[in-house]
Amino acid sequence: MNMVLLSTFDLVLVALLVLALAVMSNLMALGITRSLIIAALRTVIQLLLIGLLLKFIFSSTNLVLMVAVVTIMLLVAGREVMARQQHRLKGWWGFGVGTSSILVSSFAVTFLALLVVIQADPWYEPRYLLPLLGMILGNSMNGVALGVDRLTHSVITLRGSVEARLILGQTWLQAIEDIRRDSMRTGMMPIINAMAIAGVVSLPGMMTGQILSGIPPLEAVKYQILIMFLIASSTGFGVMTAVHLVSRRLFDQRQRLHLDRLSRVYTNK
Amino acid sequence: MSRLCIENLSTALLKNIELEVAAGECVCLSGASGCGKSLLLRAIVDLDEHDGEVTLGEQTCSGMPADQWRRRVGLLPTESFWWHDTPQEHFSHDDLQNVILATDWLSRLGLAPAILQQHISQLSSGERQRLALLRLLANQPEMLLLDEPTSSLDPDSISAVESLIKDYQKHYQAAVIWVSHNAAQASRVADRHFIIEQGALQEQPL
Repeated sequence: MNMVLLSTFDLVLVALLVLALAVMSNLMALGITRSLIIAALRTVIQLLLIGLLLKFIFSSTNLVLMVAVVTIMLLVAGREVMARQQHRLKGWWGFGVGTSSILVSSFAVTFLALLVVIQADPWYEPRYLLPLLGMILGNSMNGVALGVDRLTHSVITLRGSVEARLILGQTWLQAIEDIRRDSMRTGMMPIINAMAIAGVVSLPGMMTGQILSGIPPLEAVKYQILIMFLIASSTGFGVMTAVHLVSRRLFDQRQRLHLDRLSRVYTNK
Repeated sequence: MSRLCIENLSTALLKNIELEVAAGECVCLSGASGCGKSLLLRAIVDLDEHDGEVTLGEQTCSGMPADQWRRRVGLLPTESFWWHDTPQEHFSHDDLQNVILATDWLSRLGLAPAILQQHISQLSSGERQRLALLRLLANQPEMLLLDEPTSSLDPDSISAVESLIKDYQKHYQAAVIWVSHNAAQASRVADRHFIIEQGALQEQPL
């Protein structure tokens, strides 16, 4: 089975759609036109670069090179988590919390998949490692960003209640338990929704890609299930870790709420 | 039966506050808005960072976990906050059965037991203020820090609240710090009266 190859003209055609969307958003004063265009441009540039890079990386299986690539992916994901927060922790915490949560969950899950399930040889075979980690990292990053943003936003809005609970003698953990639960749910909802409709409403991207390139559908489905489960666990554990770390950081040793540890940042100016 | 002792307490606004309140004594605090009355109370319950030490009986604030300390030093903030749907859910089962429904506190404050099942959004600010007082008293704190506890109440409710607090103070020999802008109220409830001015306490005649 041969794949239909895309021409540059095909892509330009589709880019016009995004441009139309940008014009509409601008007319409706949604305030996201700039972000939309920049994001679209980033997609093109980043994907072209990674395409070139992958061509080079796939031709060698060099562990040092892998570590370097993977580190860059992680740092960018961590920075992105921070950039998406309206209120972020000041100092290194803002970057550190997101990055470390993603690091722990995504890497643990990816390595588990590579070593135990896929058993590629060597385990860092880039053809498996990079797409797998990319998908897991991307989704975990989304979940963590959503969860943490919800957490900080809720704590600011519900400050009075949180402090009232502390005053009545609740521990910091009790005082913020509802908010934590809500934030964790928020972070995990997208992947739960995605699993719930997979195959019925949406055909997940990876599976579609494999089918387009000629892999038998049932083989593609197996990979997709594997990926979905990996993403779900990584996102879930990442969100739990991040929400815990951030909420802990919002209180000091004497269980006082410290909103002064958050800075106010407007994204999408 | 514990004496409150504030030693050298300082925050951004308050300078070296020294105050002793005996067990069963009530001290009234006044002062212009923003002079630091509420901040002093928050510092006493250790909700804000501060220098100096607060002692209740033999125990220092810094010597015990903050949640236990706050349970003993009951603060009633000016504004009450509620995080569940009904007042009832804000009480533990035991507190509700053994304290709130076992005492005449509800009826003394002019509240019917049915109010406990109403939705918070349906309650008036005065009802919320009285319920917040009950929520605090249910903890049976060893002392009371009251930040304008009658600010949204009508005259009848004000005397009901004053008399309930007086009885609690007597019965538990609780030290009380009462923030009030009303000189008449101060002379009714307090044994001593202080004004906070430029971050310091100044005693006033009652």
